Amino acid sequence: MPDHASIGSRIRDRRQVCGLRQAELAAGVGISPSYLNLIEHGRRRIAGKLLADIARALDLDPTALGEASDGNRLRSLRAAVAAVPDLARPHPEVERVQEFADRFPGWAALVAAQAARVEVLEGRVTELSGRLSYDPDLAQALHQVISGVTAIRATSGILAENPDLDRDWQNRFLGNIRADSEALAQASRALVRFLEAPATTLPPSVSAVEEAERWLNARDHHIPEVESGGLPVDLPDGAAGDLVRAWVRRYAEDARALPLDAFSSAAQQAAHDPAPLARRFGVSLPQVLRRLAALPAGMGHPPMGLAICDASGTITHLKPLEGVTLPRAAGCPLWPLFEALARPGQGVRAHAVLPGQNAPRFLCHAVASPREVPDWDSPGLIEGTMLLTPAAPEVQPTERHVGPTCRICPRRSCPARREPSILRGEL
Amino acid sequence: MARRVLLIEDEPNIIEALSFILTRDGWTVHTHADGATAAARVKNGSPEVVVLDAMLPGRSGFDILRDLRADPDTASVPVLMLTARGQEKDRELAMRLGATEFMTKPFANSEIVAEVRRLAGG
Repeated sequence: MPDHASIGSRIRDRRQVCGLRQAELAAGVGISPSYLNLIEHGRRRIAGKLLADIARALDLDPTALGEASDGNRLRSLRAAVAAVPDLARPHPEVERVQEFADRFPGWAALVAAQAARVEVLEGRVTELSGRLSYDPDLAQALHQVISGVTAIRATSGILAENPDLDRDWQNRFLGNIRADSEALAQASRALVRFLEAPATTLPPSVSAVEEAERWLNARDHHIPEVESGGLPVDLPDGAAGDLVRAWVRRYAEDARALPLDAFSSAAQQAAHDPAPLARRFGVSLPQVLRRLAALPAGMGHPPMGLAICDASGTITHLKPLEGVTLPRAAGCPLWPLFEALARPGQGVRAHAVLPGQNAPRFLCHAVASPREVPDWDSPGLIEGTMLLTPAAPEVQPTERHVGPTCRICPRRSCPARREPSILRGEL
Repeated sequence: MARRVLLIEDEPNIIEALSFILTRDGWTVHTHADGATAAARVKNGSPEVVVLDAMLPGRSGFDILRDLRADPDTASVPVLMLTARGQEKDRELAMRLGATEFMTKPFANSEIVAEVRRLAGG
């Protein structure tokens, strides 16, 4: 729904950019300057023909004035602020993020894009740093270089500090220096080869998990080749490929247990309620949740998101759903997914609503269960699975007031709050 | 009687150079190159000072140091830790595990002789 204050702000900003006085614009669209003043300050509603006339007078598409910034853009901007651990002073006016995004959509898009790029680059720095610290080839090459230098320094020091050393010792140490210098030369060459490796051998700019999710997101988490008994051939390389292969194996097991056509029609009949579907097909609830999320678009099913986490609460698999923000770690503990972790085997069904005006609501089905059949002597690996379906906008009596992460969540009185929010007021 | 230092290091030419330097300084130098059996060697040899390399085959110098400090027989033997990495976290780890002193490779001969003397109490 358009925000009249924001529309008014955009009209005022555009008018000023165009070099028009209020009286001039007002005359051009047939209203009084005082009425335009009220519109610009959000005290009068504006729509329809007048909005179109003003847009035309300002050389704009009416939708550019009437459309408020979408929730994703606002979430991106809040996340950009949250990503900075020690905010510069003065703080960004986070409580005015909507106004900022509406008045300066180009700048807002730039800030969001820069924040996303910073995140990617920080990930790359972390990967490169990890490589320098833990790459076995680099560690070996460095060890050889430093060992060679140490031996040469100690041995040459002996020769320099003991000019009266007898010839046998001198020859022996000179031989050692020669051998060490040859080994050092080899180690140096290996080090140079490593450091000059072409960019293609460097880690990708996104993590393997992100690359695997991109591959799945591009298919909306539906893999037709597996549905027909085959395997996809365009898997990503490297670690991302390993992750996708592991998911494809799981997907294939689900598809065998719940064939697409039969499951699709049964899901429609059951109104996408996972429990009767699990009973009907004799499979586990997590399997039904995964299968529901894999139903393809175009078969009359609602959009469905999926989140799977391990016992630490880290999201290990995510099928995104419009309007939902589920960080990979340190997310809001009030999501039913995490409640399910506390009582494995027991389903949790709840509505969840994100903060903010007109925030989307979701119906969540969550359950936790052992990832595999546990061994007697090893810790059981519990996994939580949650299916998200868009819900009607009406307030539900038992809905959970969830959020993204504490830092960018405006619910000041939330009992689950771990740290203060950077937002100054309730949205 | 010469004082005993045990040098736990796996690079032959470093062993030879350090052995020469310390022997000339009046020490009886014993050497050991295998990380897996190094702690037992310290316990059985009762050296006055141990010079311990961090990167060894079989068992890291940090693990050996932890073993030495956990054993009452070797808990108080002075240990000079040598590492090729001078990073602060390695120094902190070594000191937290009970190293008496920490030295980064490459070092000057005079430095290591001075440290071994100091750890032996003169």
